[in-house]
Amino acid sequence: MTLTNIETIPGKTIVSHLGLVQGNTVRAKHVGRDFMAGLKNLVGGELVGYTELLQESREQAVERMTEQAIAIGANAVINVRFSTSSVTSGAAELFAYGTAVVVE
Amino acid sequence: MQTLIGVLLLIGLGFVFGRYAEQRHFKRLRQEEARLQSILVFNTKEVPAQFQPCRVSLVGGNTVIAVDYFKSFVASLRNIVGGNVSSFESLIERARRESIVRMKQEAEQLGANAVFNMRIETSAIGQGDDKSQVSVEVYAYGTAVVSDEPVR
Repeated sequence: MTLTNIETIPGKTIVSHLGLVQGNTVRAKHVGRDFMAGLKNLVGGELVGYTELLQESREQAVERMTEQAIAIGANAVINVRFSTSSVTSGAAELFAYGTAVVVE
Repeated sequence: MQTLIGVLLLIGLGFVFGRYAEQRHFKRLRQEEARLQSILVFNTKEVPAQFQPCRVSLVGGNTVIAVDYFKSFVASLRNIVGGNVSSFESLIERARRESIVRMKQEAEQLGANAVFNMRIETSAIGQGDDKSQVSVEVYAYGTAVVSDEPVR
């Protein structure tokens, strides 16, 4: 499975377009991490726990998108885009979408 | 009176440690940026012929960064008179540069020569009941290009 956020895969020809595939995750924050984040808010700086949390969530969203692409017989996803939105004050939604294609 | 002392203490703490952490972070960012300079970053979609034949892969890096008490205090003062909130400008700049550095590090591990169509996405997350607690997530992503032949 090849993923790109450009419209082509260099050196390969797109045989057919299979339409949009997508994956999302909604993650709530951990109490312990929230506590540490509260402490970090005193001095500023990076919230390492949240960085990891959001990275994991994003990987999961991409994984779900990839599964969907495999299910419809694609071997690549082009034009992948990400978007993040805060659903409530305690949770964030991570969303990945792209166009499933068959290349050779 | 005691609350006032408490607030002043927190602002002072934010000022001292926040500034120290920021200067250290900027120093590390400059070093990493200098080291990763050989990986070119473009925000164009086309991969020029000189990079082909190549393999492609999606790479990305994210950072969540929080404000300190001093910064939010300065920002609240700024809200009264208006103008540049420079304390937040430097905060988001740090997050953005750090994200790009992390994206480049991922590209470096793949042995990539360049990253095409880089996009940066910024979102405010983890806004609690207290409006002063702001944390911002920056995600930088793009298509890493690994050339099979040396780039001319």
